[in-house]
Amino acid sequence: MIEDAEDRADAWFHALADRTRRDILRRVLSGEHSVSTLAQSYDMSFAAVQKHVAVLERAGLLTKRRQGREALASGDVEAVRSVGVMLTELEDLWRGRISRMDELLALDPADHRPEED
Amino acid sequence: MPVTSTQHDLDALTLTITADFAAPPERVWAIYEDPRQLERVWGPPGYPATFVDHALEPGSRSTYYMTSPEGQRFYAYWDVTSVAGPDGFTFDDGFALDETFAPNTSMPQSHADYAFVATDDGTHATFVTSYASADDLQQVLDMGVVEGSTAAINQIDDLLAADAA
Repeated sequence: MIEDAEDRADAWFHALADRTRRDILRRVLSGEHSVSTLAQSYDMSFAAVQKHVAVLERAGLLTKRRQGREALASGDVEAVRSVGVMLTELEDLWRGRISRMDELLALDPADHRPEED
Repeated sequence: MPVTSTQHDLDALTLTITADFAAPPERVWAIYEDPRQLERVWGPPGYPATFVDHALEPGSRSTYYMTSPEGQRFYAYWDVTSVAGPDGFTFDDGFALDETFAPNTSMPQSHADYAFVATDDGTHATFVTSYASADDLQQVLDMGVVEGSTAAINQIDDLLAADAA
């Protein structure tokens, strides 16, 4: 378990920077999957997929539970949402700024604007 | 919409936005040079910005506050680090403690790099905003200064599908 918030956030971004891990996360966000079923979807060893799952688990993006001999993984929707919200909120702020700049420029007298062809 | 592209770099914690404006770089630059114009575009809706001191000169500190709908003031500053008008400038954007504008060192700074290039139709602008850590970005957004947008669950899919830089 990662206690420190900053380490946790760094772990999120590290975990999401890998294509296979994003794909695993997409699958487990839509429902519980066993690690062995996940492993069959990728052209890599079971151990390699297990490692990817462990990175996602350490980052708090998925949770694992044991059922008999199976390890079942499911995505933590709330945790993933916080990563998405952060960059999207920043982007929304900028979209607003840019449209306000556009409106301000449009108020200029016509002789300050580029010639219309 | 004049926004032409947006790029989230998950590793560098950088948002890069490009936009095309129907005005020459000198005119876009003037928005940033003139505090009265700048405060019309800087604060999000409901949080108007008021610039107290502002000069686009290397080493200069701009001071401003944003006022919330409840009348709460968020004090902040820019430390201008480099200026190449009208081609662009760079600065560090941070939060201040109070109306003295003393930097709040417990709050993160973001780094900004803005560039303006002349095109046939006006200006191609690139706005780069970066944070030192994901936690820094979270802290800034938690200030509540940013419009509270609740990203829909399907936006997660877009984020996860985006190629890592």
